[in-house]
Amino acid sequence: MVITKKEIDRVCSLARLELSSSERDEFTCQIDSILGYVAKINELDTSDILPTSHPIPLTNVMREDEIGESLQIEDVMFNAPDAGRGYFRVPKIIE
Amino acid sequence: MKYVVVIGIEVHIQLKTGTKIFCGCDTGFGAEPNTLVCPVCLGFPGVLPVLNQRVVEYAILASLALNCKITPLSRFHRKNYFYPDLPKAYQISQYDEPLAVNGYIDIFNGKGEKDEKDEKKIRITRAHLEEDAGKLIHSGEGISLVDYNRTGVPLLEIVSQPDISTPQEAYDYLTALKAIIKYTGVSDCNMEEGSLRCDANISIKPAGDIALGTKAEIKNLNSFRAVEKALTYEIQRQTKLVDSGGSVVQETRLWDEKKQITSSMRSKEEAHDYRYFPDPDLMPIQISQEYVQSIQETIPELPQTKAKRFVSQYSLPEYDVHILVADKYLADFYEKTVHLLANPKMVSNWIITELLCLLGEARIGINDCQVTPEHLSKILQMIEIGTISGKIGKDVLLEVFKTGMPPEQIVKEKGLVQITDTNELESMIDKILQENPKAVEQYREGKKQALGFFVGQVMRMTSGKAQPEMVNKILQKRLE
Repeated sequence: MVITKKEIDRVCSLARLELSSSERDEFTCQIDSILGYVAKINELDTSDILPTSHPIPLTNVMREDEIGESLQIEDVMFNAPDAGRGYFRVPKIIE
Repeated sequence: MKYVVVIGIEVHIQLKTGTKIFCGCDTGFGAEPNTLVCPVCLGFPGVLPVLNQRVVEYAILASLALNCKITPLSRFHRKNYFYPDLPKAYQISQYDEPLAVNGYIDIFNGKGEKDEKDEKKIRITRAHLEEDAGKLIHSGEGISLVDYNRTGVPLLEIVSQPDISTPQEAYDYLTALKAIIKYTGVSDCNMEEGSLRCDANISIKPAGDIALGTKAEIKNLNSFRAVEKALTYEIQRQTKLVDSGGSVVQETRLWDEKKQITSSMRSKEEAHDYRYFPDPDLMPIQISQEYVQSIQETIPELPQTKAKRFVSQYSLPEYDVHILVADKYLADFYEKTVHLLANPKMVSNWIITELLCLLGEARIGINDCQVTPEHLSKILQMIEIGTISGKIGKDVLLEVFKTGMPPEQIVKEKGLVQITDTNELESMIDKILQENPKAVEQYREGKKQALGFFVGQVMRMTSGKAQPEMVNKILQKRLE
């Protein structure tokens, strides 16, 4: 096992996921197998290779500071489960 | 026990661009909720954020003004957390490859007054770009209302080293930083509109200790004075705590302006794990030396350089200079006025004691008022050549401030020209002396204060238009 059940619990808690005990076992196995596959790369010497955050060597993709169109309020709220007076309404969370 | 206080400050400034950092939505303040949003800043699936080039330009300008080094290659990361102020569940920010590093600003203790000046360097760790989050309004009924207009507004976060040792220094650091940024013109730095926000980290340690104590982070600081007061409170709280055998807990505390205390936010003590990773939607920013150089050349004269020049060029006291250069537009107003009327100290006095007072009462800035350098120089010129008295000058200034009318016209229309006719004043004074034999007697018996009474009478009769020195002279002569 590359990953422990404890780590799975932590990842779940960060992702706000609640798993049943059987789901936890199932996903632990699956993630373990994925990590095991990716770990194959450790067989190579990568000490001279920089981490690749983008596959294409592009920099400075930018736009001019020109105002474009914003959405109409009806469209903004179209998919909102709850809204009122122009605001999204969400359960109160005070961090 | 004796403790050393260690303070570090994080400042967020909003860069004054027309559009948001990654989309073309307007950054305007005060719009109806959720009217300045689009699929990008609402975090809809499949959208592509594209960096606003002016954001980069402004951020470099501000960073250079803060003496930072611009990183040749910097990158955006995703900072992951769940909170409804961020529709994407991550904030695009910069992590280990920020735009700028290793800056500093100099602050002056003693504020340039007569006491010993103590220049101190406060180092800046980094300045990085990020997007602002939305605004939550916590209403009753277990509901929060969300407005995403601010989401994606460009921010530059400026993080200081823990070089600050007193609440006063924190205040001075913030004031100096704000003045520098405002000079560059890349931000309004208006705390009321949220274009400047700050948090402070503070810890104490026994004098002589090398290791830092556990810090508390103070939030909800709505003014620089609040920063100063919250830090003063926090020093007392931490000192008391440690002295009585307790220890400081690492936590976020909120400043309560009403109660004048900080209190724990009591959030879950689970440490944040933001799982930063490079944002795959955004390409790295590569900055050439030539580009940095071209922006460097556009940096205007900054407050401290201007202050030094004002002292040498206009022979002004440090106190005056400190006030004048705090606001670029005020400094410009001063210089334009001195250019028209070569009496640097007189101009400074009038701006500091009269004009600033009017601006303060009206709660407006120098650029929003009707008084121009031409107006002020004209008033002072009329005082210098004796057309009006200094006292009348103040009334004229107030009138210009209110109406924007040229001072010469005000003086003419209201008949405010100073009385310099000796005969006219003499006969007026004789009349007053005749009507007040008692006061004359008192004066002659040695009660010299009676002179003030007579001067007052003359001023009343002439509505302040008599020249005080002349009145004094005639009075003394008549009373001998």
